[in-house]
Amino acid sequence: MEQKKHWQSFGELNESADYQTAAKDEFQEDLPVIEDDKGLLEAKTPRRDFLKYLGFSTAAAAVAASCEMPVKKAIPYINRPEDIIPGVANFYATTFVQDGEVVSMLAKVRDGRPIKLEGNELSPFTEGGTSARAQASVLDLYDTSRLPFPVANKKEVSTFDALDKMITADIAALGGAPIVLLSNSICSPTSRDIITQFLAKFPGSRHVEYDAISFSGMLQANEASYGRRVIPTYNFQSAKVIVSLSANFLGAWLSPVEINRQYSKGRKINENNPTMSRHFQFESMMSMTGANADYRYNHRPSETGAIALALYAALGGAVTAPVLKDENLRKGIAKAAAELQANRGAGLVVAGSNDPNIQLIVNGINELIGANGTTIDFGRPYNTRHGIDEDMVRLVNDMNAGLVGGLIIHDANPVYNYFDSKRFADGLKKVKLTISLNEKLDETSVLCKYVVPNHHYLESWGDAEVKPGFISLIQPTIFPLFKTRQWQDSLLRWSAAPTDYLTYYKQYWQGSLGGERNWDKALQDGIITPAGVSSNTAVSTNATNSAPDTLRSTIAPLITAVGAGASAPFNGGAIVGAATALAAVASTGKTELFLYEKATIGAGTQANNPWLQETPDAISKATWDNYAMIAPSMAKAMFGIDLTKNGDTDSYEVHPEKYVVKLTANGKSVELPIMIIPGTNPDTIAVAVGYGRGVNATKNNDSTPELEDARKHIGKAAAGVGRNVFPLVTFSGTTRGYFTPVEVAKAGYEYPVAVNQTTLGYHDRKEVVLETTLATFKAKPNMFLERREEMHKDFAPRTGNFEKEATLYPLFAKPGVKWGMSIDMNSCTGCHACVVACTAENNVAVVGKAEVARFHDMHWLRIDRYFSGDLDNPNVIFQPMLCQHCDNAPCENVCPVAATMHNSEGVNQMIYNRCIGTRYCANNCPYKVRRFNWADYMGADSFPDNQTGILTDASMMMNDDLTRMVLNPDVTVRSRGVMEKCTFCVQRTQDAKLKAKKESRPVRTGENGMYDLKSACQQACPTNAIEFGNVNDANSTISQVRANNHGRTFYVIEMIHTLPNINYLAKVRNTDEIIHDEEGETTVGGEANKKMEHQPESQH
Amino acid sequence: MIQHRRIDKKFALVLVFTICFSFVNKIFAQPNGQALFSSNCASCHAVHKNLTGPALAGVEARWGKKENLHAWIKNSSAYLKTGDPYATALYNQYNKTNMPAFTSLTEQDIDAILAYVNSVPAPGTGDSAAGGGASSAATESDNTLLFGILTLILAVIALVLLQVNSNLRKLSAEKEGEHALEPVPFYRNKAYIAVITVVLFCVGGYLTTTGAIGLGRTPDYQPIQPIYYSHKVHAGTNQISCLYCHGGAQEGKHANIPSINVCMNCHMAVNEYTGKDKLYKEDGTEINGTAEIQKLYKYAGYDPSVNKVWTPNNKATPIEWVKIHSLPDHVYFNHSQHVKAGQVACQTCHGEIQKMDEVKQFADLSMGWCINCHRTTKVQFKDNGFYSIYQKFHEDLKNGKIDSAKGITVEKIGGTECQKCHY
Repeated sequence: MEQKKHWQSFGELNESADYQTAAKDEFQEDLPVIEDDKGLLEAKTPRRDFLKYLGFSTAAAAVAASCEMPVKKAIPYINRPEDIIPGVANFYATTFVQDGEVVSMLAKVRDGRPIKLEGNELSPFTEGGTSARAQASVLDLYDTSRLPFPVANKKEVSTFDALDKMITADIAALGGAPIVLLSNSICSPTSRDIITQFLAKFPGSRHVEYDAISFSGMLQANEASYGRRVIPTYNFQSAKVIVSLSANFLGAWLSPVEINRQYSKGRKINENNPTMSRHFQFESMMSMTGANADYRYNHRPSETGAIALALYAALGGAVTAPVLKDENLRKGIAKAAAELQANRGAGLVVAGSNDPNIQLIVNGINELIGANGTTIDFGRPYNTRHGIDEDMVRLVNDMNAGLVGGLIIHDANPVYNYFDSKRFADGLKKVKLTISLNEKLDETSVLCKYVVPNHHYLESWGDAEVKPGFISLIQPTIFPLFKTRQWQDSLLRWSAAPTDYLTYYKQYWQGSLGGERNWDKALQDGIITPAGVSSNTAVSTNATNSAPDTLRSTIAPLITAVGAGASAPFNGGAIVGAATALAAVASTGKTELFLYEKATIGAGTQANNPWLQETPDAISKATWDNYAMIAPSMAKAMFGIDLTKNGDTDSYEVHPEKYVVKLTANGKSVELPIMIIPGTNPDTIAVAVGYGRGVNATKNNDSTPELEDARKHIGKAAAGVGRNVFPLVTFSGTTRGYFTPVEVAKAGYEYPVAVNQTTLGYHDRKEVVLETTLATFKAKPNMFLERREEMHKDFAPRTGNFEKEATLYPLFAKPGVKWGMSIDMNSCTGCHACVVACTAENNVAVVGKAEVARFHDMHWLRIDRYFSGDLDNPNVIFQPMLCQHCDNAPCENVCPVAATMHNSEGVNQMIYNRCIGTRYCANNCPYKVRRFNWADYMGADSFPDNQTGILTDASMMMNDDLTRMVLNPDVTVRSRGVMEKCTFCVQRTQDAKLKAKKESRPVRTGENGMYDLKSACQQACPTNAIEFGNVNDANSTISQVRANNHGRTFYVIEMIHTLPNINYLAKVRNTDEIIHDEEGETTVGGEANKKMEHQPESQH
Repeated sequence: MIQHRRIDKKFALVLVFTICFSFVNKIFAQPNGQALFSSNCASCHAVHKNLTGPALAGVEARWGKKENLHAWIKNSSAYLKTGDPYATALYNQYNKTNMPAFTSLTEQDIDAILAYVNSVPAPGTGDSAAGGGASSAATESDNTLLFGILTLILAVIALVLLQVNSNLRKLSAEKEGEHALEPVPFYRNKAYIAVITVVLFCVGGYLTTTGAIGLGRTPDYQPIQPIYYSHKVHAGTNQISCLYCHGGAQEGKHANIPSINVCMNCHMAVNEYTGKDKLYKEDGTEINGTAEIQKLYKYAGYDPSVNKVWTPNNKATPIEWVKIHSLPDHVYFNHSQHVKAGQVACQTCHGEIQKMDEVKQFADLSMGWCINCHRTTKVQFKDNGFYSIYQKFHEDLKNGKIDSAKGITVEKIGGTECQKCHY
């Protein structure tokens, strides 16, 4: 079978000359020492000087080092808390709640400070999965730009008592004018009670919920169709056919962790009976979800309604759909309709649009295919989105009309993310009493009279009722770092309530759970589920001594839940009206702007998180920016870049500087650099929201007072990074809309965008990613295996033992544990939770935009994105790539100082204190997974020269004493000049073995569902794409996975005989296409390949 | 591919090393028994002193039947029910308090503990042995000095003789009428200069190298602590288990200096020093033990005249002990790995801490020192279930392919690989 050509960059696609030169050398720069290319003697530092310096520095070092050793102190506790053993981590259950996303977490607390977050496996929804944002939220705790004290009239207030006096006096002075509490959607039952009590004290007051990204359209449509203003649970897991109309449900829509988990369950391949769900995606841009789809179609954003109508009509709905021009699109709709019809009761249609009319039609479709009650569960609606756009508009009008006496803002930032932020800011000036309860002095808070900073969630008590009866609890893991106060406490104080929040909270839950013992249990678990519902994973797998895997008893909570799988009575009355409205939408013929959320940055709440900023986007691989994603055809028309022409893309691709376009819509404009993304609709420009906090990036990023102010209060990683496109959101009169016709013009300058991955190639080696279709896989389940066996025979003709015969080196026994990993490419959706988890676990440095732009990024684990096929609508594959821990590793035998070598557990060790920084290993690594510390990014040594002038603000942020509290004390912080890479989480494997030794038993990695450890990436993964464990143990999950997936197992470029300890499982796309074998074209084992592979290194 | 390369070991060298080491330090003889005693028994029992439980010296003789003693240790309350008169008497004598059951101890463990108990000399007898060791060490250092002086004298004599020889030769040449060249003074003699240069180079190089290697190492570091705390009094004379105070050693990476509440557990009652041994500082000044306890009270914010019971309070200030044992940041060391999993006695690395008044760094904590121990120390291969996965080694041990005397060392299971400590 011929593998399609997979490419990461356009240069690679066209084999352009520039690309080939660039790909030859991983490090394209000269060493920083010699700055000119004159002869050695004329160089700035000639040999004699060098010897002088050497002598001097040796002497200086000797003098410096012979000084007295510093006296270190060891200061014990006065009274050690019983459950804290210094040096041993404790885990506490808590919950990440942000912008409608709720993820149950366990916080790893080491010596009193949270350093890492893991998913809580007891959660029935997320089941231990996490997202990049949830993983990164631990760093937000140590954000130095948090507001450290309460502020009144821009001045610090020394005590909360003084502040409360001022505020109560101000409230009294309102003279009964209504107070409005403006917040994000609140799903905390105790908080909602407190709000109710607060509002009851002040007649005429109300609570307005406002979500940065609106789900108003869906809520309103469901109210019209089902009489309930809720969003139901979607069972992606049990859906056989999934049709998504622009819903980026794997990236950032509704509840990505939960949906990722469900989605991947429906797509796990059982080799004995391979089945998987089929996913159709209709969208305007290449989203993460579209990248995972089996059939993907692109269209203008304004055509979504027409597509929904067409699908409704094709399924027998009584509407006339407008005719779509695109033939391909029509075929796609017909195919999707046919599949949905064939799988009645097992289909699911979702739409990402905020237009209630589209959502009404989608509801109609889901009725026709019998999804209501099967794949759509109204018994467990989400409690995480309540915001109705009209409420917010009314509030802004009231504010401007002077009808609002007091405005209390909690966890909402409309000045930044409201579409008409100017009007909101104007209205704010007319409100007498403005109080912000946000964590920071952000865009909105800075305009308020009082700011009472809230705790970070890791310092707070709280609860989140994701769905009725399903509670996830929040408990503090650290004493508050700053003079902050929980916002509930503020409300209680101002309403003169007799208790504080903790007392209230405890009473509430002890009351509803029936006693302190149940409450303790619930707090330990972090999860309260309705009686009779158990978590899908019964056994907790946390490698900790305080993980809640012991003492699990069944407590029947008093909260009654609505039965699962419930359907809701459908009322189709509104459909006709919706259809008429949608049919009337006329295409303007102009280019359309489509606004989307990135999985990493979301709506920008966490924008000041350098981990998230540095995590590349799954599709564009760009960091630290938002940009205008355009289609190849638009690039050709506007900038003359023809992707099909060899060399045309070089200057676009090789340099970070990208052309800038000016987008103008509704009188507002924004300038953004372009990124050419195959799969983008030719008439669409897609831009991510969440950037440009405080101020927008400018051409030269000149320092202005506004920028400096924003950098101080919002943070250096957020302020002036990218451009804010929230002002381009439209308002239809009922709901906000995320697309609009736009004027596009060249801005006439270029702006750098830091993109990684383009230089990391495989030098024509194929078999890096393998993919097939389900139909082909069913027909030929062993095709990959056969090809591998054939290759093994080629290389080992005498014995057939590829491992032994195809090498000069002896094989070494791995007598005890041997670590191995298996990555299922069919499950990886590209969410990047693992990348952030790895960064947090292993103290991976943040290098900043300028350094990423010259490929100095330090991620140990990256997710390679490959395109294949049609440039206008390519297939995409994600491949997590990390050190392969080759048993026959090319890096090891080129190290002159033996700083990297193998150990008896099959792990390729990297010893920082031995490394002298030759970078031979990185150059010799075929997988390009080694990372070099070009500067002292983490402040590991005491020489300031290793940082000044090199480090970006982002790295300096991570060097702050407060921020450094997040570092994992079990992992060395690497200094300048050493190589680093994935260690297979050696600190975890060592800890797990020790735990096993203390309990006198073998280490467990999945035997009977028991894990002593999971690697950080594995534990973070919401889709279980990564399995890690002891391959010498036949009962471990990794052994089971390898034993049961012979047909899909492959090793990346196996024929170069590196014998990796990481295997991959081939991607299977659920299409009907049968890929045919073409003789002589095979890429593994065949003669052609052998010739190439036997002399690959000579050219370097 | 570079696998962990095993250096070809010279058995003789290892043997010599082992023998030497066992002379220096008796701990190697019975690591098991002592460790087990420390972790299980020492919180209630001393060898020669009645504490919560009776002194254990002569326990076997008192019990007579070995099986009975074993049964008692394993589960005393169950054994009591057999009505053994000695056991009942013991039970009554010690306030009818049950000894906790030690079901986890195997027969061998108990034997090892008893062997250790028998091996501990009664107070007074042990000192002479230690004194002997010290004096022999002293003579050894004296000898070095002697040899040095001798060498120096011989070198001077040789130099003088050489000069004499050359003068004589000159004289005899003059006598025979030959015109000899004016002799070069020795300081301009090229041969001398060459020899001296080489010697200086070698000595200088050696000193520089050893000095450089020793940078950052602090063997024999013995700082003055805020409180004169004598390990000798606590762990030696009073036989308090190391783990009573340093419980972290079996839980995690840090052994942990005990918090004040641990000190106060005993020192609420023990408010004066009444030991017969006088306490001295390194420089010979006598220490008033009671005054040192008062220092602790000050830190704890405890005034016995006001309240007999100490409770953690605001007046307490943490004690800023001076850290003695420091490893570089790029080394991962875990106490529980050694104490709990490896059953290594504390004294192996910290020296005979029970004989130190003020603690002194015993080992240089160098990598060579770590590695040498890993090469020779056996893991709990048969006893610890973790090692059951090393089936090949178990077979090899059975059929003699692996020398069972040498056993499975830490090195054999990968304990000298870089990334076992550096990550």
